[in-house]
Amino acid sequence: MSITQMKDFQTHNLLEVENLQMHFPVKGGFFRRTIGAVKAVDGVSFTIRKGETLGLVGESGCGKSTTGRSILRLLTPTGGKVIFENEDITNVNGKRLRDIRQDIQMVFQDPYASLNPMQMVGDIVSEPIHNYYKNKNKEELKTEVMDLLTRVGLPEEAYYKYAHEFSGGQRQRIGIARALALKPKLIIADEPVSALDVSVQSQVLNLLNELQDEFDLTYLFIAHDLSVVKHMSDRIGVMYLGNIVEVADKHSIYDNPMHPYTQALISAVPDASKMGEKRERIVLQGDVPSPENPPSGCPFHTRCPKALDRCSSIKPTLKEVKPGQHVACILYD
Amino acid sequence: MSHFQQSQGKAPLLEVKNLETAFGIDGKDYNAVDQVTFHVEPGKVIGVVGESGCGKSVMSLSIMGLLPKGIGKVNAGEIKFNGRNLENLNDNEMNKIRGKDIAMIFQEPMTSLNPVFTIGYQLEEVLHNHFKISKKEARQKVVQLLTAVGISRPEKIVHEYPHQLSGGMRQRVMIAMAIACQPQLLIADEPTTALDVTVQAQILELLKDIQRKNDMSIILITHDLGVVSESCDEVIVMYAGRIVEKTDVRRLFQEPKHPYTELLMGSIPRMDVDTDQLATIDGMVPSLKNMPQVGCRFANRCPKAMQECTEVTPQLKENEYGHEVACLLYESSRPAREVSQ
Repeated sequence: MSITQMKDFQTHNLLEVENLQMHFPVKGGFFRRTIGAVKAVDGVSFTIRKGETLGLVGESGCGKSTTGRSILRLLTPTGGKVIFENEDITNVNGKRLRDIRQDIQMVFQDPYASLNPMQMVGDIVSEPIHNYYKNKNKEELKTEVMDLLTRVGLPEEAYYKYAHEFSGGQRQRIGIARALALKPKLIIADEPVSALDVSVQSQVLNLLNELQDEFDLTYLFIAHDLSVVKHMSDRIGVMYLGNIVEVADKHSIYDNPMHPYTQALISAVPDASKMGEKRERIVLQGDVPSPENPPSGCPFHTRCPKALDRCSSIKPTLKEVKPGQHVACILYD
Repeated sequence: MSHFQQSQGKAPLLEVKNLETAFGIDGKDYNAVDQVTFHVEPGKVIGVVGESGCGKSVMSLSIMGLLPKGIGKVNAGEIKFNGRNLENLNDNEMNKIRGKDIAMIFQEPMTSLNPVFTIGYQLEEVLHNHFKISKKEARQKVVQLLTAVGISRPEKIVHEYPHQLSGGMRQRVMIAMAIACQPQLLIADEPTTALDVTVQAQILELLKDIQRKNDMSIILITHDLGVVSESCDEVIVMYAGRIVEKTDVRRLFQEPKHPYTELLMGSIPRMDVDTDQLATIDGMVPSLKNMPQVGCRFANRCPKAMQECTEVTPQLKENEYGHEVACLLYESSRPAREVSQ
């Protein structure tokens, strides 16, 4: 492979995450020493190609939100690398970090808590632009913001209103407009629809899909609802206890899940299409172990219906088991 | 007489007739639940679906007599449990039924347990309230109950406080509390909404198990159509305080009739099919104060709305399969049904 080819190949990946670790220290005892660590993210690797949507699913506490926040550097990872557009951004600071954040924006879960109640919607949406382009003409800025508001399906009058005057779905639209304001390349959407009713949820999902085509966006879509993730994503990563246990394109994940955890997760989803049919459901026993004291070996072996003796001692790594389907399980070694 | 009664021949356990529950706003009453009629047979699981604000929780609170005093009240209608009217009972009489014959599980397992008492104490309290038993017997019964809901080390758990348990465990404790007196009817208000899918699967499986063992009836209130399709016998779809559709679960998913039900189903991403566009419902549910007094409450958002939809209030009408719909679209096309009513 020539160097130019290498470059071409690399530019396809907008974001690369390599062995990302985010350990939060646990303090206690005399002088509040560090006595342990919550391993919220413990060696996560994945790539997102330009223009695609990578879904990240998993149950609460599996580290999917922490992963999203570490990429945006809202948290500084304790290990591993985050590479955005071929640049290692794991340890950048100051001006460079500010510049990079222009290209990576976030849509938050709670549309009630993520908008400032004291600010007019127009100010909320124009604030990011104002931060980066201080000298921008006021009138121009206003037209731009109004265009954005109309684009996400809000009336122009919304500019002069406050967040509390809007319903949950409309607030999420405001959050999306704010994320779009700087014309980012990557949007990290952290549970963007989990607080919404289904009919409103579908509006927001449709909107996100339209915007992706229109603005050539790449999404990291974090959610716990598997059917929503499948609808939105091209590829899906399944997380358990700070680790990615399987990454594959969405059809492989749903039609042929390979990791025992993915299999259990898919079978646990109540499915309106399987009307009344009796189906074999894998019901997992027990609860997710604490990330402060994760099990040795494979993190899932304590609940895995297919666990072998070896599973408690060997920590499996992600391996390509089928073309495009990476699984971290020694059953496939 | 409904299709289900004919096939089962059992007297209904719970009968709700023309229930109207109102909330007072600025001295005027507004119906949050309007003309709700349904019944629950012994051993059946009835699902109630609808989006936030559709009145499904207010309806269950009305049945339990737990409406906030001085704010909400049952204005009209009948709630009969085992042939006995519940709406006129005083607190004392209601307390004897509540928790014993009708029990309830709430959505938030975090907030529905008292943080300052141990799990054991809270469960024993239920037993002491309804039975004359000694402390020792109560403790034994509690351990049995916790085992029945799949808690692995019940002798230890009884000494623990709610914050020491995970969400799934707390919901199991809530279920243990609800089934402590072997109720005939369990009202489960979004019992799995706050839980992860794998835990949700455990809890639904557990509820089904207990329901079969105790021949209990369940009213399962949820917004998740997937949960409904897998756990219920019959489904009630509510919109803005009224029932818009009521039928057995299979029929509802095979041929949803009310435009609202159709849209609701189309708006959920499905695991088995790929769709580019999900169905959406324009506009919003009217607020209680702005609820139209005549006509269909869904008319302003309905893609199939006609002129008369805002003038005539549709009534729930039943077709020959026991499929009930409150929509004018199905009234004019089948005049024959008018006769059978």
